[in-house]
Amino acid sequence: MDTINSATCYTAKDYKSDVKPVWCPGCGDYAVLSAFTKAFADLGLEPHRIAVVSGIGCSSRIPAYTNCYGFHSIHGRGLAVAAGIKLARPDLTVVAAGGDGDGFSIGGNHFIHACRRNVDMTYVVMDNRVYGMTKGQPSPTTEADWDASAMAPPGGTGVSPFHPLGMALAAGANFIARAFAGDPNGTAELIAQAIRHPGFSFVAVMSPCVTYREEQREWKTLMRKSGMETATDPAQAARNLMEDDGYNLGVLYKGSRSPYSPYRPASAAISDLDAEFAL
Amino acid sequence: MTISSGALGSVSIALCGSGGAGVMTAANMLLDAAAQVGYYALFGRSSGPQIRGGEAAALLRLSPRPITSVDDTYDILLAIDWQNVQRFAAELPLNADSMIITDPAAGEVPEVIAASGARIVPLPMKELCADIAGGRPNMIALGAVAALIGLPVEPLTEVLGKSLKKKRADAYDASVAAVKKGAEAAAVLGQAKRLDVPADAAARRWDITGNEAAGLGAVRGGVRFCAAYPITPATEILEWMTGALAKVGGVFVQAEDELASINMCVGASYGGSPAITATSGPGLSLMIEALGMAVASETPVVVVDVQRGGPSTGIPTKSEQSDLNIALYGMHGDAPHLVVAPQSIGDCLFTTQWAIHLAEALQTACIVLSDQSLGQSRAIIDAPADLAFVGKRLAAASPAEDQQYRRYALTANGVSPMAIPGTPGCQYTADGLEHAVSGTPSSQESDHSAQLDKRLRKLTGHDYGSHWATIEGDGPIAVLTWGSCTGAAREAIGRARADGIEVRLIAPRLLSPTRPELLAKALEGVSKVLVVEQSHLGQFHRYLRSEYELPGTVELLNHAGPLPIRPGAIHKRLLAMGA
Repeated sequence: MDTINSATCYTAKDYKSDVKPVWCPGCGDYAVLSAFTKAFADLGLEPHRIAVVSGIGCSSRIPAYTNCYGFHSIHGRGLAVAAGIKLARPDLTVVAAGGDGDGFSIGGNHFIHACRRNVDMTYVVMDNRVYGMTKGQPSPTTEADWDASAMAPPGGTGVSPFHPLGMALAAGANFIARAFAGDPNGTAELIAQAIRHPGFSFVAVMSPCVTYREEQREWKTLMRKSGMETATDPAQAARNLMEDDGYNLGVLYKGSRSPYSPYRPASAAISDLDAEFAL
Repeated sequence: MTISSGALGSVSIALCGSGGAGVMTAANMLLDAAAQVGYYALFGRSSGPQIRGGEAAALLRLSPRPITSVDDTYDILLAIDWQNVQRFAAELPLNADSMIITDPAAGEVPEVIAASGARIVPLPMKELCADIAGGRPNMIALGAVAALIGLPVEPLTEVLGKSLKKKRADAYDASVAAVKKGAEAAAVLGQAKRLDVPADAAARRWDITGNEAAGLGAVRGGVRFCAAYPITPATEILEWMTGALAKVGGVFVQAEDELASINMCVGASYGGSPAITATSGPGLSLMIEALGMAVASETPVVVVDVQRGGPSTGIPTKSEQSDLNIALYGMHGDAPHLVVAPQSIGDCLFTTQWAIHLAEALQTACIVLSDQSLGQSRAIIDAPADLAFVGKRLAAASPAEDQQYRRYALTANGVSPMAIPGTPGCQYTADGLEHAVSGTPSSQESDHSAQLDKRLRKLTGHDYGSHWATIEGDGPIAVLTWGSCTGAAREAIGRARADGIEVRLIAPRLLSPTRPELLAKALEGVSKVLVVEQSHLGQFHRYLRSEYELPGTVELLNHAGPLPIRPGAIHKRLLAMGA
């Protein structure tokens, strides 16, 4: 489990680096960064025992903005790198982070299998329904009729958006929550819960892109605490998620699967392997 | 032109039959029995495209002396039946001295086989085992072939005892009876090539495949993490690692694809656990982007590429040396990294272990270029030495209060202390983005050039010792080759020496970085070079031409897989060059 150090008291700023973010003014990701550091402080985790791992995109810049160990990997592969770290180093707290394009498009296969594999780590996706870093292309969570960007075809793509939470449930994620960057404290609380929960925890943070999706400023009037009770039964969770309009915040599913732990302790010396080949 | 391989005193045998005929069982037993009395062996297989069953050939070479290559032709081709043998007839070269043993009940010898002019002798295998309850033609074949090459019956019955006696006493009795009957029947088949008596039956020998050897090398080198995705012909490495890591303590993960497997390995290595994955050409193509990240982020990682026929899906079950270009030049950007190649089945152990050692010491990606002929062939070899090459990283310690840890600090040799997560005060973000010494992303010219220089310097300045190449012999002619072709070249050079032509063998084990000064030294006094490789484009030749100065006249002997480069073809060229 995660190391809780009660002897040292950390505050959120102990987890912040002095690297200045590349994000635009007003970007929701600033609040997510604050939520990360607040969650780590609330959990009392030592910064050098946390690994924050990401792919590529605006939100994937987050590891270097923390004062934790970090890996800013390649587009779509953050979850695989994170799983490798956690499986080799079960003593570390591993948090993977990224955006909707990174996680659901180029990294979609890893998302499915990370949910299925259930490694004890947390995946935070900052979903703004757009490719921001490449300046405004539709992403897998973009509405089918969105055409406000010069990069989108007139009338929109005509392709229905992906339902990440439903997908996570179907694929076997052990904890599913939705947070809103406009509520950093709520987001921090959900991230902390996700880290505490054993197995693969998925937190979708609705994080507005005020540059390419200005209408997302309205999210603050639409987002609400979910009226649904946290489901622990996947069938109930599935029904809830099918009725979900995308604005329900909170923990939507908490499972009880055991985390994947492939480590096998040594029972033989390396020289014992030679016996297999010696005549 | 018939070229004898008499010097080795070896015999080469091909056993053919359709799926279920038991040719692989018979060949494995023949190998086991021969190994028991002190012979060296090399055992490969050839088959059609089916997943299971179908026509297959067991290709076996036995010798009282170490074997480095397949021979030019098969001395004995025994077919229990001829179903679909034309699919791989080209891989069964015969000559007028060869013996074809065929069951008359299996019909005519196919024209493509008979055209070799080899002596055809009938052996009614089905008929001979008809009156043995539970007797099978493959055991008649085993007895007959063993008798022809001069292998006594006792070791065969011992091998049968080990595999059958306890579980199935009736099958054991039937098999022994069939083997004995086959041996008796061989008396009327006439003379075939016989094995010389083995010199040292008591010597310590191993029975291993190249893929197993690569796995063992990885574990000896310190690997305790392997994530991989199944692919022919590399899968046996994964299979072996699964069991081995469960024994010596470690993690094996079957990933969802090659993108995941290499990225998991990079993650594990970042976490401090030396990591390996194994794949073949299509998988290597998928891994290339992550290998570039390993180079840029300076994270040690090793990939064994068991090469097969390419491009695209190509010929998954057959060998080729055509991934050299992607291994050397596949990454985008200027991405210096390590490429090494084992030169024999036994060397798969050393070279993989060395790869772990180098990747860890130099904090970079290393590609090990094995191939199907090494990986999936089984050999009896001298027990390999246990070398002390264990991966050891330059680790960072927590800095003093007034100091700041710099992950990518510019050191004299280019290697910077690498912090393992959990070390207080050394937190950094590994990055594929170009970065400053601290790891912070930077697009500045000064940071880019400093980091490019550092990543190159640590490779070019390293002392790789004598392992960088195999250099044998002397003389004004040199064979320059690599990987699995090294064995065939060595045997050809031995034959040339018997003809009075001195030829030196130069086979770089280290393909990247290049060693121009060392190669120039190895080539001193050489006026003719023969480049030998198994690739249609002559990728190794092009690499040598672009990276090295080659003296005098340079000739190329190359062809694509699946046919191996045989010693006879090299010997013939050497005779012409030496004339």
